[in-house]
Amino acid sequence: MVKVKVNDIEVDADPKDNCILAARKAGVEIPHYCWHESLSVVASCRMCLVEVGETKPDGTVAMGPKLVPGCQTPIKEGTIIRTDSSKVKTSQQMTLELLLLNHPLDCSICDQAGECYLQDYTYKYGKAHSRLDEPKIQREDKYHIGEQIALFTDRCVMCTRCVRFTREISGTAELQVVARGSHEEIDVFPDTPCNNKLAGNVVDLCPVGALCSKDFLYKKRVWWLKHADSVCTGCSTGCSVQVDQNDNKVYRLRPRENPQAQGHFMCDEGRFGFKYIHDERRIKYPRLKAPSATTNATVRSTEPSDLTFADPWPMVLADTRKRIQTAIQNDPSGFVVVLSAFMTVEEAYLLASYIKGIDSRTKLTLGPIPIVGSDDLYPKGPKGQSPAADKVKFTIRAEKCPNRTGIEAILRHFEGSVIQAESLGKSSASAWFVVGGYSSGWVNEKIDQAVGTPSLLIVQDIFPSPLSERADVVLAAGSFAERDGTYVNHAGLAQATHASIRPPEQARADGRILMDLAGRAGLFNAMALRKEIGTKIPELSAIATGDLGEHGVRLAKFANRPAAAKS
Amino acid sequence: MSEPQTNEAQKNEALKNKPSAKKSVKWGEAPKLTILDALYLPAIVSGLATAVRHAVSGKATTRQYPEVEPEIPPNYRGVHRLNRDEAGRVKCVACYMCQTACPANCIEIIAAPAPKDDPHWKDRDKFPATFTIDELRCIYCGMCEEACPVDAIELTSIYDLTGMTREEMIFDKEKLLSVFDETVKTGRDPVRTNRGKLGPAAELSSTAKDAPPPPGRGKSG
Repeated sequence: MVKVKVNDIEVDADPKDNCILAARKAGVEIPHYCWHESLSVVASCRMCLVEVGETKPDGTVAMGPKLVPGCQTPIKEGTIIRTDSSKVKTSQQMTLELLLLNHPLDCSICDQAGECYLQDYTYKYGKAHSRLDEPKIQREDKYHIGEQIALFTDRCVMCTRCVRFTREISGTAELQVVARGSHEEIDVFPDTPCNNKLAGNVVDLCPVGALCSKDFLYKKRVWWLKHADSVCTGCSTGCSVQVDQNDNKVYRLRPRENPQAQGHFMCDEGRFGFKYIHDERRIKYPRLKAPSATTNATVRSTEPSDLTFADPWPMVLADTRKRIQTAIQNDPSGFVVVLSAFMTVEEAYLLASYIKGIDSRTKLTLGPIPIVGSDDLYPKGPKGQSPAADKVKFTIRAEKCPNRTGIEAILRHFEGSVIQAESLGKSSASAWFVVGGYSSGWVNEKIDQAVGTPSLLIVQDIFPSPLSERADVVLAAGSFAERDGTYVNHAGLAQATHASIRPPEQARADGRILMDLAGRAGLFNAMALRKEIGTKIPELSAIATGDLGEHGVRLAKFANRPAAAKS
Repeated sequence: MSEPQTNEAQKNEALKNKPSAKKSVKWGEAPKLTILDALYLPAIVSGLATAVRHAVSGKATTRQYPEVEPEIPPNYRGVHRLNRDEAGRVKCVACYMCQTACPANCIEIIAAPAPKDDPHWKDRDKFPATFTIDELRCIYCGMCEEACPVDAIELTSIYDLTGMTREEMIFDKEKLLSVFDETVKTGRDPVRTNRGKLGPAAELSSTAKDAPPPPGRGKSG
């Protein structure tokens, strides 16, 4: 740690920090466009010019004669940084005037408006007007940059963050700067559009509205989006994300910086893979089949008094509870629960403790774990090869579920070992409680045959499946955006996810269903449950703090693992 | 009677002693009621006198509406319209500023990328696919007009808006454009401003004055 003075505020900074990071620790913002924590330094935007000086051994202060870029200037003991002098302020004004020289000022139709650093910095550090009396240079918009990316060329400030990203993080190097001087433009190499699996990140990296996501283009003005911290459920990396929604509709996911989980970025599979949560085919109502009836009777026909149907859940859950108890009484060891790796730790705990609480001879198992291909490592080499293990900056994992580690911990506590539901063999039990929640069809032949046609089949899922077709009870559950809870990623990092929208129609988040089913008093409260789980299950003791913070906490078992990402 | 007054007086005194009040607020005293004022009789008499004076003066002030339509002041805020640009397209660029500014939540826009393949729309990036205003919910405050950066939405002097159903009072884009077509003909509601370009920097461009103003983005020539 070295002592640095930023605008007379003394602060302890890491000797590896640059001036921007040191100033941030002192609560002083140094505006910047081209610099990004996980990319190399180019110092090309000139927005972060500051006055830097040093303290001589005799205590006198010697300031440098010229302004220096804060992103490129390292600090040492006694470094003095000034961002509030008139010299710096004039420089910031002039830089912004230059950057805006050919900017079309089309904020009214620009998707970035509201979260644009040109807007923010102009407001904070810029001038109100331009002295340009010449026609602005107009450039053609480029829709060919990528399947998901459009480039509004005239809004670009040539920070080259996007170019550096494709060279340093994805390693695919599709983007480049063409031409020179005031003719500089971002473009792709001919016939190599920017379609790599991390391409969506260049839209987030772009500090202005030049690179826009075609998926989100003109869908919503950003100031209407409400944000919730969440975790991507696309793979077991468990990227920290922010869910942006308005009026109960999710418009986009964006990565949230988390050095513990994935760094600054996320993959396009996760970024655009959330759309299933608004699928029309989702199970929207709980359904109950009368034991004697041959056809699927709806709730409406099992209970004739109409007023109670405003909320079918109390009736459905009371009936389900009765059926579970009867089934366990008749054949306790023939009652099998299938926990899904898409459940949160809290939900798995609620269900496991409820069923085991009735009879400990019941069996808890783990549902299918979707594995697609092998881990995809970045940055790619020039021929598309994977990097060496110590050079990996981003990993898209083959295990396409968010919470295998957490569910296995629950199973080890309640069952003693992890039993795969698929390995149970044909029609091996008389009663099943199957939890789904997968983002796509998950019922494979093995699990289908293992379940067979038991005397009681309860399915808690979000999409219809062969199992839900023949189930006696279907509980309409919630997707990841509708749940509160904890996911534990492949490296044992327990992260809190927060509900951002309401489930469709009469569907309910799994935690709420299981809370009522287990007859526990009160509402589902993830934080309170985390405290309870942490004290009861030693393997998960790390989550006993309740509040996991923005970055999550690592389970004790995985404490020695290095952080997953350095990007 | 006396106690609440004291409280009130104390509160006023406390307010006056606030440092901010001393600087910026000029404090006045409400005149105290005399016994005559408290009777209210003088006020009643003077009111009656005004009524009698008007009754005998012979100047009728009844307006013969609807036979005679009133003169509407030019700043009257009536039914909305969506202006057209020189090419006859909707001037609106779907920036949602009016919807954001609207305190009554009566405007709903769905934006779409402009049909770039159509030469008619070549210079536009974004346009409103739908634009609806619930005229019943609107409070006619004129904030939308003030917020509009391209002077696309304006309030006309149409004051006698009626309808048989709630549905027909929800004006869509076509209806709002037709209000424009109607009102520009009558001459009562000229297009109030004709800036057309976006942003102050676009204004400063010298050549922009000669070229026809681009309707959408501020690509001033």
